[in-house]
Amino acid sequence: MILDSKIPEGPLAEKWNKHKFNVKLVNPANKRKYEVIVVGTGLAGASAAASLAELGYNVKAFCFQDSPRRAHSIAAQGGINAAKNYQNDGDSVYRLFYDTVKGGDYRAREANVYRLAEVSVNIIDQCVAQGVPFAREYGGLLANRSFGGAQVSRTFYARGQTGQQLLLGAYSALSRQVANGKVKLYPRTEMMDLVTVEGKARGIITRNLITGTIESHSAHAVLLCTGGYGNVFFLSTNAMGSNVTAAWRAHKKGALFANPCFTQIHPTCIPVSGDHQSKLTLMSESLRNDGRVWVPRTVEIAEKVRKKQIKIADIKEEDRDYFLERKYPSFGNLVPRDVASRNAKYVCDEGRGVNETGEAVFLDFRDAIKRDSEDAIRSRYGNLFDMYQQITGDNPYKEPMMIYPAVHYTMGGLWVDYNLMTNVPGLYALGEANFSDHGANRLGASALMQGLADGYFVIPYTLGDYLAGMSKETVTADHDEFKKAAKEITDKIQKFLSIKGTKTIDHFHKRLGKIMWEYCGMARNAEGLTKAKGLIKELKAEFWRDVKVLGTPDELNMSLEKAHRVADFIELGELMVDDALNRDESCGGHFREEYQTPEGEALRDDDNFAYVAAWKYTGEGLESELVKEELKFENVKLTQRSYK
Amino acid sequence: MMNLTLKVWRQKNHKDKGGFVDYKVSGISTDMSFLEMLDVLNEELSAKGEDPVHFDHDCREGICGACSLYINGHPHGPQQTTTCQLHMRSFADGDVITIEPWRAKGFPVLKDLMTDRSAFDRIIQAGGYVSVNTGGVPDANEIPVPKIIADEAFDSATCISCGACVAACKNASAMLFVSAKISQLALLPQGQVERKSRAENMVAQMDAEGFGACTNIGACSAECPKGIKLSNIARMNREYFSAVLSSDNV
Repeated sequence: MILDSKIPEGPLAEKWNKHKFNVKLVNPANKRKYEVIVVGTGLAGASAAASLAELGYNVKAFCFQDSPRRAHSIAAQGGINAAKNYQNDGDSVYRLFYDTVKGGDYRAREANVYRLAEVSVNIIDQCVAQGVPFAREYGGLLANRSFGGAQVSRTFYARGQTGQQLLLGAYSALSRQVANGKVKLYPRTEMMDLVTVEGKARGIITRNLITGTIESHSAHAVLLCTGGYGNVFFLSTNAMGSNVTAAWRAHKKGALFANPCFTQIHPTCIPVSGDHQSKLTLMSESLRNDGRVWVPRTVEIAEKVRKKQIKIADIKEEDRDYFLERKYPSFGNLVPRDVASRNAKYVCDEGRGVNETGEAVFLDFRDAIKRDSEDAIRSRYGNLFDMYQQITGDNPYKEPMMIYPAVHYTMGGLWVDYNLMTNVPGLYALGEANFSDHGANRLGASALMQGLADGYFVIPYTLGDYLAGMSKETVTADHDEFKKAAKEITDKIQKFLSIKGTKTIDHFHKRLGKIMWEYCGMARNAEGLTKAKGLIKELKAEFWRDVKVLGTPDELNMSLEKAHRVADFIELGELMVDDALNRDESCGGHFREEYQTPEGEALRDDDNFAYVAAWKYTGEGLESELVKEELKFENVKLTQRSYK
Repeated sequence: MMNLTLKVWRQKNHKDKGGFVDYKVSGISTDMSFLEMLDVLNEELSAKGEDPVHFDHDCREGICGACSLYINGHPHGPQQTTTCQLHMRSFADGDVITIEPWRAKGFPVLKDLMTDRSAFDRIIQAGGYVSVNTGGVPDANEIPVPKIIADEAFDSATCISCGACVAACKNASAMLFVSAKISQLALLPQGQVERKSRAENMVAQMDAEGFGACTNIGACSAECPKGIKLSNIARMNREYFSAVLSSDNV
């Protein structure tokens, strides 16, 4: 199998414009004859559904939440990057492109990333026109900040709620098209399977989460905008409902899954407080601008801190190890996410962690408060400090915060070509659900940018190219393939309910999460991964033998909903481990302990691994097949990332 | 560690009459969130083969607006937060905690503590947007907005659509929710063109959904987890009356 990324010919800066001219168009009068299914209503899904409906297509939009506005994009805090250069500080499309490719540790496609940087400027215009209340300067123009260690100020933001405001903008555009009758909304509806007819994506099978009804929906194209799969780790900053089921079932129907082991662990999250923990909360990384990260110099002092035998304020300056500042004098506390996370793990592994579980480091604002006053810190981070206090009960103005890394974002996802189409014709993947733009590590404030770029400015062009080449005839939902797929789902549900085992679904999910975190988390090695492979296989067998799924199929049944999701997470976990084992190098968020520089940094192997690892499903219990897409770097020179 | 008695509203489906069921939970740590305490209960129920208590929740960081529990007579419980951000340190060992769904004509109960809040989506569909298509819009900095106005609009825009305002109101009025969106767009230059029709159409939809009128008690704002101000309702009334007096709906 050979993957064609369909990257247009020509110089980097001209590819997208040329492509837009070369794609086929659908006559305005014909657009209404096409139906498009959009699964997921986060930034990518809502913006795509609204934009396609505005063009005249008939759109069906699905989400498992009770309202499209609750998709997890809503929780993004920091901001959205755009190469506007409003600050006159040297930003440009090329610089944003360059930073993104480098930040991704050279495992992303140049052409996709350049296009992302190019359309980033349009996103801001669009959002402002919708009434998104971005932060502004006193002159009335838009404010920017520097974010995630970028050397220019290109991040637009709406206090600590940028994701919320951008999603509400896209949701408002979507709502307008619902009112116009161009979008039909299906909330509380979960995609259960993809339906292909003669090799093309022609629809989906869904379950109505209120009534339990299994439904068939046909269309000319299917767009998966279903987000990431961080919940494979059980604990993550994702929403409780975030899941991989739509993408995974499409994968089992033929769509390749690319770079599944590329996951981002965010350094500044509130640590786990006990076994009851259901999710982790991110504290915006803007806190690292003023907070200093440290642990006690010795295990003995750390032990006293853990047992609360010593006051933190009494720890002498020379007994504090500001390990990021010590190891990375030029970037200090602002090193990229993967570097900051890994180093926090190292010091905790040494026994220098500072909370009861031993898995936390300090993020200390004492010096910043001394320097700038408590009021100044409050004006910068007030809402974050309040949130911290709400969750932990501790006052971060008086005591240092405690933080620990947590799973936050998944760079891997369904393989797509330049047009965002998977290898299954008519099946597209947008936003976090695809793999395309962030390589092995995503930069701060780039997720919102990518979701909206895909939905507002890429898919409206590339989808038409596909539809123009196909017949307008609809395959109706009573086609045999739909009946077959629906029956498979009904059978699967019966199977879940018939197991009547002894262990709850969460029991399996938690065990899976522990395996993934231990062996396929911040640092991995061949031995651990091989062990994990065996453990997941056992877990999977036990799940199908001994899980307890309650209730009946035809009612609101959250036990059944979770059973589907966890069953798929287990299978995905196996593939992530395979992918991590295959990639004998370290890059970005994928740190294989066998491959590091003498200073302990990620050591890439560009000669052998400058490729996208796309995996093909070959059948139940069989090994997946690796398909490679070689990455060609024609504009950027590959270098070792250094933040010393 | 705490031991608690929970009086939980159980209702099989929309048609079921429903009623309170008492449960005991033990070993609850003060660091748990309220929803994690319910997770403990649900794991116990599931292990016994009993139907777990259904409730809406998703992000668990106070922003998606899914969680919606009426706890001891207050939407989202004793503090001005979302339910997911309420922690068990707000309770004491031995407490009896009553947990109900939102109660309002506009929010029918689906199961246990879950309600149907799609009425809010339909109100937004009636006009809670600026009618611009993707593409063809001016450069962002061609629409200057005074900072003080932008901040005020932002405050209104932070509504998370949880419905606590409706649940808190003795009239089950949705005016705080509706007024927050009308205010945001009435304040901003982008919202001016459709200002009148927006106010008229959203208010009409709000009435059609069966929400009650406002009698200026202010419980909505006092209980709102995002602190949406009562002045939004005053602004909405101004917007609505001036729109009706010189209607664009011709």
